[in-house]
Amino acid sequence: MSEDERGERDERDERAGEVGEGPGVAEHGAVATAEMAAGGRGEQSLTEDHRRREESITLSSEPAGAGETHELLTLNIGPHHPATHGVLRLIATLEGEVVRDIKPIIGYVHTGIEKTAEDKAYWKAIPVVERMDYLSYYFNAMAFCGAVETLLDLEVPPRAQYLRVIHLELNRIMSHLVWLGTSALDLGAVSMFWYCFRERETVLDLFEMSSGQRMHTRYIQVGGVMEDIPHGFEERLRKFLNNMPTRADQYADLLEKNQIVLERLRGTGIVDRETLLALGVTGPLLRAAGEPWDLRKAHPYSGYEKFDFKIPVGTVGDNYDRYRVRHAEFYESVKIIEQALDGMPEGPHITPDRKVALPPRHELATSMEALIHHFKLVTEGFRVPPGEAYYPIESPRGELGCFVRADGSAKPARVHMRDPSFVNLQALAPMVRNGYIADLIATLAMLDPILGGIDR
Amino acid sequence: MPDATGLELIAQEIRNEDAETVLDTEFHRGRAVLVINPARVKSVLAFLQNSGFTALMSVHGVDYYPHEPRLGVLYEMLDRKEVDRISVKARLHTDDPRIDSVTELFPGVEFPEREVYDMFGVVFEGHPDLRRILMPEDYEGHPQRRDFPVGGEPVLFTYNEEQNYGKYV
Amino acid sequence: MEVKRERLDDFRVRQFQARDLLRGDLDDEDLERYVSERVLTTTVEKAVAWAQGNSIYPLTFGLACCAIEMMSIVGARADIARFGFEVFRASPRQADLIILSGRVSIKMAPVVRRIYDQMLEPKWAISMGACCSSMGVFNNYALVPSDKFMPIDVHVPGCPPRPEALLHGILRLREKIQGHSREGWRARYDAFGTEELLPGAADLQSADVSVFKPGDTAGA
Repeated sequence: MSEDERGERDERDERAGEVGEGPGVAEHGAVATAEMAAGGRGEQSLTEDHRRREESITLSSEPAGAGETHELLTLNIGPHHPATHGVLRLIATLEGEVVRDIKPIIGYVHTGIEKTAEDKAYWKAIPVVERMDYLSYYFNAMAFCGAVETLLDLEVPPRAQYLRVIHLELNRIMSHLVWLGTSALDLGAVSMFWYCFRERETVLDLFEMSSGQRMHTRYIQVGGVMEDIPHGFEERLRKFLNNMPTRADQYADLLEKNQIVLERLRGTGIVDRETLLALGVTGPLLRAAGEPWDLRKAHPYSGYEKFDFKIPVGTVGDNYDRYRVRHAEFYESVKIIEQALDGMPEGPHITPDRKVALPPRHELATSMEALIHHFKLVTEGFRVPPGEAYYPIESPRGELGCFVRADGSAKPARVHMRDPSFVNLQALAPMVRNGYIADLIATLAMLDPILGGIDR
Repeated sequence: MPDATGLELIAQEIRNEDAETVLDTEFHRGRAVLVINPARVKSVLAFLQNSGFTALMSVHGVDYYPHEPRLGVLYEMLDRKEVDRISVKARLHTDDPRIDSVTELFPGVEFPEREVYDMFGVVFEGHPDLRRILMPEDYEGHPQRRDFPVGGEPVLFTYNEEQNYGKYV
Repeated sequence: MEVKRERLDDFRVRQFQARDLLRGDLDDEDLERYVSERVLTTTVEKAVAWAQGNSIYPLTFGLACCAIEMMSIVGARADIARFGFEVFRASPRQADLIILSGRVSIKMAPVVRRIYDQMLEPKWAISMGACCSSMGVFNNYALVPSDKFMPIDVHVPGCPPRPEALLHGILRLREKIQGHSREGWRARYDAFGTEELLPGAADLQSADVSVFKPGDTAGA
């Protein structure tokens, strides 16, 4: 009877979660399982095992959890979560605090951008496509306009190319600033957020100066850019460029000597180069693992071949390398913008081909042709001869490609954006396996996913 | 890009192995496209992978609506050493759009193939986890096909203001 | 330069009045004036509403591009901490304002509704940006306007709205909470009948071309 009583007590205790039991029980870290409690009297051998260890005076020399089954806990992180960058839902399979597997579920901000763009003329599809990867809007527009220009066989004037490069690199700096601010926020370094956003406001002031809007500016158009830069833009930009390297140094000083940041980032989330290459990962993630692949150098577009800059490449491929690669890209972008400003050629800011680009407004008063072109472009839009084009560029997150299929009419027949974060997200699983949850948060921050691009 | 002659050479090599694989080659504005028989997609991609195009950058679908076969699956491949790109196109009919999945060759196409399935209805045989990825799991229809309506809400003006669902006290 | 004061030696007068009040010496008139200078009468609801309006806890709920501009108002340029609203809570149980910043897709709408239901009363909602207020740039199958599944207090237009615009929306919400909302101005100023009729609107037949029925107002 005492055996039965003891058996009952065991089960009750097990059901209660093994709280406050003897030393022999406390050392195996398995969570009390419902299975054990529900097993009932049949599990005598298990309870006997428990009791044996519990009653022994010396601590058991068996390693923790030997012979026990560990339960895997499925934890749902997101879609509404402060540390997932956007509405990303992760189903994490945990064993204790160790992540054994992770499964991202996306689609929570799917906007049907590609379908909407099929409904609009090429000119009018630019704002739609721009809102895909919402931190690198110039890049979205550049990829789309580049694809359309390829199909039209249109040449972009050199001044427009330089202006595009300036704005693209400014956007890269801005995207990395937001990444740095929010990632530091995830790691717990809360004050970095305000410093990065202070710089970001300066960049947005520049965008507002050149195009009138802070975000989603529609500045890059098919054939060039919307407008030439106003007076005072260059001066303000140079002031910003003078400041930016100092600021980047300050960010490095804040973060890199901090022991907590170093311990959380160094050695965590390591994936080797071959896995990343097989997964199709591009961008700073790939460069951190040691592969020097950057489309600005490999396959230059829009005049990048004229600029002299380096590509930061990491060695180990852990989170610290990813942070360092993006941080070093600040300085490189500043160098590119300075060279572009110094070497800016004179000329039109958009292609002079009136069948594609709007004529300047003062001509509408004098020239009948200009009026007709303006009318046709605004109402119907320009027609693109049938064909398909895929135009890849290097966005802050990797290879952003735009596939456009034209069928001869004024609207694109298919627009597909190959988003870098969509493909990079597949690399999250190998990065976080067998690491802790805290490392999962740090890795997700360093992965820099933008859900607008992933879900489109 | 391989230029037009390079593309023809590649096509010829593939035809040497199996005559029916390559249906057509297109070269437009510097972009090389190999149109293949969908049943042979795995062998073609394996061949291209061995000849240097080690990276598959994108898999996406296109609906060529009035032209049959309607659905097309495009594979954009990249050769990092030579910095070369080539596209492979496979056309499928809507009544039974099945094609082999290439996740064994390129593990990174898991998500893109799921997206093509979700948006166009192309079933990738051999895919480890073929489910809808962007739309809710129980959604019916394949949104990016050309005969799927764009949808949306009516724009409210004064004459149809009664349809304003947000108008309550 | 002379500084004119209202009362001579203000502070000493007030001291004497306070002493007299405590002793019970102030007369009716003085007492009334004394009390009316120092006491504000209101209702409990108004006082509570004033307090609630000044301590709104927004929920960290960023969906898409508008979320970046919402993060900007936490930044130092457009500073929401001036108003006391910088306490962004992550848990809906602890927040009372949900700012829907970004496009709500069909997959996300039930999630948003669930989060809104988890918030405790009193709670308010701001629909930030064009995408969740109306359909915005993307009028298509994938989006749901937020009015369809939850009550919204303030809609902030823009794509994305500037941080100042969002702050304006939040301050209008604060006015609404505190009871002096600026909507319904026609009722407040008794301004019905001032709507503008389109010239010739009464003559227009409701043909296929015209969208205005006769007698319809424009921009009322």
